[in-house]
Amino acid sequence: MKGILGKKIGITQVFAEDGRLIPVTVIEAGPVRVVQKKEKDKDGYETLQVGFDLIRKEKNVTKPMKGHFRKTSSPLYRFLKEIDMEGFNAGDDIAVDIFAKGEKVSIVGTSKGKGFQGVMKRHNFSGGPGSHGSMFNRAPGSVGASASPSRVYKNTAGPGNMGAVRVTVKNIEIYDVRKEQNLMLVKGAVPGANGGYLIIKSALPVAENKN
Amino acid sequence: MDAIKVIEEGYKKEIPPFRVGDTVSVSMKIKEGEKERVQTFSGICIGRKGGGIRETFMVRKISYGIGVEKIFPVHSPLIEQIKVTRFGDVRRAKLYYLRSKKGKAAKVKEKTFIRK
Repeated sequence: MKGILGKKIGITQVFAEDGRLIPVTVIEAGPVRVVQKKEKDKDGYETLQVGFDLIRKEKNVTKPMKGHFRKTSSPLYRFLKEIDMEGFNAGDDIAVDIFAKGEKVSIVGTSKGKGFQGVMKRHNFSGGPGSHGSMFNRAPGSVGASASPSRVYKNTAGPGNMGAVRVTVKNIEIYDVRKEQNLMLVKGAVPGANGGYLIIKSALPVAENKN
Repeated sequence: MDAIKVIEEGYKKEIPPFRVGDTVSVSMKIKEGEKERVQTFSGICIGRKGGGIRETFMVRKISYGIGVEKIFPVHSPLIEQIKVTRFGDVRRAKLYYLRSKKGKAAKVKEKTFIRK
């Protein structure tokens, strides 16, 4: 599996050769440094720990993280993630050009926080009529039966905090890769606000058509 | 934001400066099945909208007695050429009033001096 870390820059539109305007998200992807190579006999599993977004001032790093970076003799990074990729060693740099134009990827990000939201926005309840004396407007309504079970079932949808969770968008097409600027243009939208961190992984293989 | 601007600039085309009220003829590539040909649409530019790569302009002409309007993206790769054939003298940004005018009243005054 291939993967890289990135930062969402924003969304724009771009002309295709046949004149269509295509919505693209611009992602600053990499270069990413392999901070640590985890090994089977030492760590119990194999993976690469990669770092993205350099921290310039040492005072902005917590002591435990400083210890980790010192042990691995690596620069300081803000965003560390594990990616299962072969062919790289600790200290190597991984650039955007591991991906090519037209490839499909999955992108993981943290969605925009919406705060405490009611049931209509959060769970797509239909709500009640807005007028004609209706006193049931945006309320959740009944949440269960009576004496049996005489409690509300777990996981019943209700109001609460919405957004700011990890979201994966699958099978996004890469529209363009620009290595000199470390940029990647991706078709369509990507979770999170501009400036949010993203994990870009190659898409899962598609199950073969059974026909 | 800067990276986005750079990307948008890269998709922009060189176009002749034209304003609302000018008479323009737009050559556009059109695909018919396999064949590709160039069609020209000439008329008065009655409005420009949007900015950057998303900018569009609206052209109005009278075709066999029926008013026809077409909206073109300024930077579309399908536009082969934009030719300004006449400079117009107008006081409005959008010439929607031309739609309700007929004959001589639907004309736009020509600019008499040369624009810098």
